[in-house]
Amino acid sequence: MQQTFSYEARGQALIIHLPKELDHHNCRNLKYETDLLLAENYINRIVFDFSRTEFMDSSGIGVLLNRYKQMTANGGEVALCGVNTRVRRILTIGGISRLMEQYENREAAVTG
Amino acid sequence: MERFRMEIESLSKNEELARVVTAVFMSRLDPTLEEMDDVKTAVSEAVTNAVIHGYQEGEGIIYMELQAEERQLTVMVRDLGVGIADVKRAMEPMYTTDPSGERSGMGFSFMEAFMDQVQVESEPGRGTLVTMRKKIGR
Repeated sequence: MQQTFSYEARGQALIIHLPKELDHHNCRNLKYETDLLLAENYINRIVFDFSRTEFMDSSGIGVLLNRYKQMTANGGEVALCGVNTRVRRILTIGGISRLMEQYENREAAVTG
Repeated sequence: MERFRMEIESLSKNEELARVVTAVFMSRLDPTLEEMDDVKTAVSEAVTNAVIHGYQEGEGIIYMELQAEERQLTVMVRDLGVGIADVKRAMEPMYTTDPSGERSGMGFSFMEAFMDQVQVESEPGRGTLVTMRKKIGR
């Protein structure tokens, strides 16, 4: 099964739907793809949607942190939604929980 | 002691294979779901290190050995890649050699967070052996 990211624009927010397994292998194209989307559209909010994600390691943390740096450098924000217990544990250990707001559902995460 | 060995090519798609095989092997120790996920994450970190750092995303073989003895699980991940000159420094949280900014530098921290014991032996030009232990079902 091909595990890729899918992207959805909602006004000035970009929703990134994360794959089932968020590891180094599946993160390889994310930087290139999001850089392209951010260059071509005015985006001031990225929403990472974890609804499908069952596995995550520190590669996922790297991806989140880099997007966070990119967005906050220009006054933008990063929000998370659909986080399950496992992913929450990884986010906490990775120090992400302090930086990015987590929302119950996608709509709330888009609105902020 | 029960033992399992495998050799996999150093390819990023094999990170998942390594996790899944480890999960199947450790299931005989009757782990909790959390223990299973913890070990899968630690294995993923070690194999990813071998792929990215050990073999610099080039060709190579990753040697894995799994051992189960009573309730103790041991996971060994070895590469014959570039090695690590300063293991202590490499294991510091947030330390990374990656210039792209995409790597968090938390690989070893995650291994230590999710396993009881992590030991790293490395020699520049010879490769790296990561040995991780965890007591299952406490």
